[in-house]
Amino acid sequence: MQAIPNARVGFSKAMSSGWITVTKNAGEPIVARKVDDIKDTVRDHLQLILAKSPDEVTDEQKQEYKKRKLLQEVVTKSFLLGKGKNFATSVEKPETELTQEMIASGSWKEKNFKPYNLDSLGISPERGHLHTLLKVRDQFRQIFLEMGFSEMPTNNFVESSFWNFDALFQPQQHPARDAHDTFFISEPKLSTKFPSDYLERVRRVHSEGGYGSQGYGYEWKIKEAQKNLLRTHTTAVSARMLYQLAQKEFHPAKYFSIDRVFRNETLDATHLAEFYQVEGLIVDHNLTLGDLIGTLYEFFKKLGISQLNFKPAYNPYTEPSMEIFCYHTGLHKWIEVGNSGVFRPEMLLPMGLPEDVNVIAWGLSLERPTMIKYGLNNIRDLVGPRVNIQMVHDNPICRLEK
Amino acid sequence: MPIIGVKRDLLFKSLGQEYTDDQFSDLCFEFGLELDEVTTEKQMITNEQGAEQSAGASEDIVYRIEIPANRYDLLCLEGLVLGLLVFQGKLSPPRYKAVTPEKGSVQKLIVTPATKLIRPYAVAAVLRNITFNQDSYKSFIDLQDKLHQNICRKRSLVAIGTHDLDTVVGPFTYDAKPPSDIKFQALNQDKEYTATELMDLYSTHAQLKQYLHIIKDSPVYPIIYDKNGVVLSMPPIINGNHSRITLNTRNVFIECTALDLTKAKIVLDTLICMFSQYCIDKYTAECCEVLLPDGTVTRYPELAYREEVVNIQKTNTYIGISEPADKIAKLLTKMCLKSEVANSEDQVIVEVPPSRHDVIHACDIYEDVAVSYGYNNIKKTIPKTATIGAQFPLNKLSDQLREQIAQAGFTEVLTFSLCSRDDIATKLGRNINDIPAVHISNPKTLEFQVARTTLVPGLLKTLAANKKMPLPMKLFEVSDVVIRDETAEVGARNERRGCALNCNRTPGFEIIHGLLDRLMQLLEIPRSSNKDMTGYYLQAVDDPAYFPQRCAEVVANGQVIGIMGVLHPDVIMKFELTHPVACLEINIEPFV
Repeated sequence: MQAIPNARVGFSKAMSSGWITVTKNAGEPIVARKVDDIKDTVRDHLQLILAKSPDEVTDEQKQEYKKRKLLQEVVTKSFLLGKGKNFATSVEKPETELTQEMIASGSWKEKNFKPYNLDSLGISPERGHLHTLLKVRDQFRQIFLEMGFSEMPTNNFVESSFWNFDALFQPQQHPARDAHDTFFISEPKLSTKFPSDYLERVRRVHSEGGYGSQGYGYEWKIKEAQKNLLRTHTTAVSARMLYQLAQKEFHPAKYFSIDRVFRNETLDATHLAEFYQVEGLIVDHNLTLGDLIGTLYEFFKKLGISQLNFKPAYNPYTEPSMEIFCYHTGLHKWIEVGNSGVFRPEMLLPMGLPEDVNVIAWGLSLERPTMIKYGLNNIRDLVGPRVNIQMVHDNPICRLEK
Repeated sequence: MPIIGVKRDLLFKSLGQEYTDDQFSDLCFEFGLELDEVTTEKQMITNEQGAEQSAGASEDIVYRIEIPANRYDLLCLEGLVLGLLVFQGKLSPPRYKAVTPEKGSVQKLIVTPATKLIRPYAVAAVLRNITFNQDSYKSFIDLQDKLHQNICRKRSLVAIGTHDLDTVVGPFTYDAKPPSDIKFQALNQDKEYTATELMDLYSTHAQLKQYLHIIKDSPVYPIIYDKNGVVLSMPPIINGNHSRITLNTRNVFIECTALDLTKAKIVLDTLICMFSQYCIDKYTAECCEVLLPDGTVTRYPELAYREEVVNIQKTNTYIGISEPADKIAKLLTKMCLKSEVANSEDQVIVEVPPSRHDVIHACDIYEDVAVSYGYNNIKKTIPKTATIGAQFPLNKLSDQLREQIAQAGFTEVLTFSLCSRDDIATKLGRNINDIPAVHISNPKTLEFQVARTTLVPGLLKTLAANKKMPLPMKLFEVSDVVIRDETAEVGARNERRGCALNCNRTPGFEIIHGLLDRLMQLLEIPRSSNKDMTGYYLQAVDDPAYFPQRCAEVVANGQVIGIMGVLHPDVIMKFELTHPVACLEINIEPFV
């Protein structure tokens, strides 16, 4: 078999068709004829194809012969070329851009221009960027200014306990004044310059009462009031402003501020030691709780929030106090968005404000609505050195009402 | 905000009504509480101590409810139920009374002069013929614990001791003795220890070790004992085992020792108001006499009722409603402030009970009227206050400059005001003692040691955290630093700075310089050709943070307002950066 050419071709098929047998006697295997007559359809088919009548062989059979390498399909492609519309005997490269020379000479009329690939992006313009959170701050500032509020000078992070707590009628044994909630300062440790008459009035209202109050009934110590700290709320500045206001002839006022406050609390994914507090207050004769609710509705309307719910709450320096909840349509639940209240008379009257003057106030953090708006889970992605600069680059214009 | 855990089924049974979680949550919301969590006792133990400890714990549903910090009367199931039932008009506010015992033998607590050294005040009362069951007993213990944690400021201001009166004999003495002279069998101990030994014993006790410091270093420790020398308690640490309360206790002796008498009275009143409902003579407590060293005798509990007269018009104006006197009286009664219309129809007489020590001014009453009315029912109005808005000039300038620096191609960052000492000193080649910085006395970590005196470290840290961003990196920040200043009212002041940097394969001093020129142009400060008092110019200076001969002071209108240059390689390395940085920092306050 090995000696004779093409002997292998069709050997297996012949075996399976029962045309031949192989007997293995001692020595070499012998191939012998088994049947007398055969019908070699394969040969017939191949001869048909050779005779240029390929259609009489089915596609299946052709495939099989191709597999068996008996048949080879050769594809011949041919093109018929003719002159096109723009046929020219010289070759011209198409232009990409219109140039100043072309305009001057008018040569653009004779040139071909390559069409633009409109599916690609353009070149990113050279620009700088404002920080995501500060863009939100800028919008809040706008809202207050639109509502006729005046910005308070809050550029003092270091504050005395007196203005941060005592002036706000927050008692000296209050948990918020603990070292584990407040950052106390070792240098400069104490403040000693206070308006002495006012200080005495504050001491009295805390320990003995007065101005219609029972007071707290404890011994107020000046040492506690002198301790310096990093302010825990911008309400300390509000207290200073109200005191200033009371020293002159009274006129109604609306104040706001958006600035940093410091809390020495446990840190986690949504809490940092320093954050921005937004605060607004209105000072006028006979303001009511209804006025506060109405003002809050107007304020939050500018943030695109129209459904509010108010819950009674507790603050040492406001009474009544309310926690503000809004309905988040995306999250399908009520979430707390801020705190508010009417300042206590024990805080306002010692300052010297007229008796029928009320102060309604509210506050919220800047970071929380920003994180909800931009879908951020970790506050460190927004604030601090580990901010994602790419996010700052890609952040859209801040539209709070959307 | 304190949180109490109450068994839901017990709560509903006491309220006489079942609610879904949402319904109860809404009720809490209206009343001023928040249903914080719905869990089980088993789950709570697992969360706190691990799954192994919780085996066998109850699977009963527990509601964890957040209570306002000034409502001591809501800190237990009993108080909560009372408050809610009165709020719903299902119960009338109870009247608490201090009664003198029939036989005339009032329990006495004698206070010795020695107590002045450590804990001068004491009050006492008796709950007579009380019956506890498992739940109310646990509630009694829990309330004491909650009061200890809150108003008592972790037992430092007031400490409560409750005892089985039938196991001891009055009169009782409240004394203070040297620790070695005190020996007794403390609660849950099987033998007697001296006070000194107890201090050692409890130094590793998970709960008690935090209270030891209150008396540890005093020459005398507080101690209360009865006529026969049997120790009732060693406040604020531990009670005696002998007088411990059990489910079978019928008569309870309560003593509170304190540094603040007002708070001691509040605590005593609260305990009585909450648990006197379990006495045969409901809502009563038997009074005790406290004999002070100077001879004065005071009877406790005070259970004082105070009358406050509120003006209807003032109430309505404060809230923004207009209700008649009788309606307001009804609204207040729902809040456990029993009220009646006065003879003149424009006033209401409000009775403030001893369970409402949080009411100290008419405004507290106004709030309760508003809560009872429903905050969400109040008509919203806009104040008629007409004002003209204004920006704070420094902030206005800062915002305008920020816009311009961003337009110049720089990216704004926002960094922390607090940092480590090294950040503003050693990492910049300076000595911390030479820097007028504000130091924090109780920093939890290095990151809160000082308030920053320069914006540069914050920018460099931001660079270090964003190394994957392509170069050049141009960053800026306009924000406050804090400088110690003896002339300032509080001894320190803020200073508004503008700081920008360029980071690339080469530092780009000319880029930072270009930014400075642009800023000066925007502020209309001309370039000074002859270095005089008008205009701005640069003058070479040496600064350890900057590369030699690559550093200049910025002088504007005759005043040094800032510094710029190429940062020193040491600074680059210390901030874990690799590429050179050119940097500018100026004080913008002179330009307001």
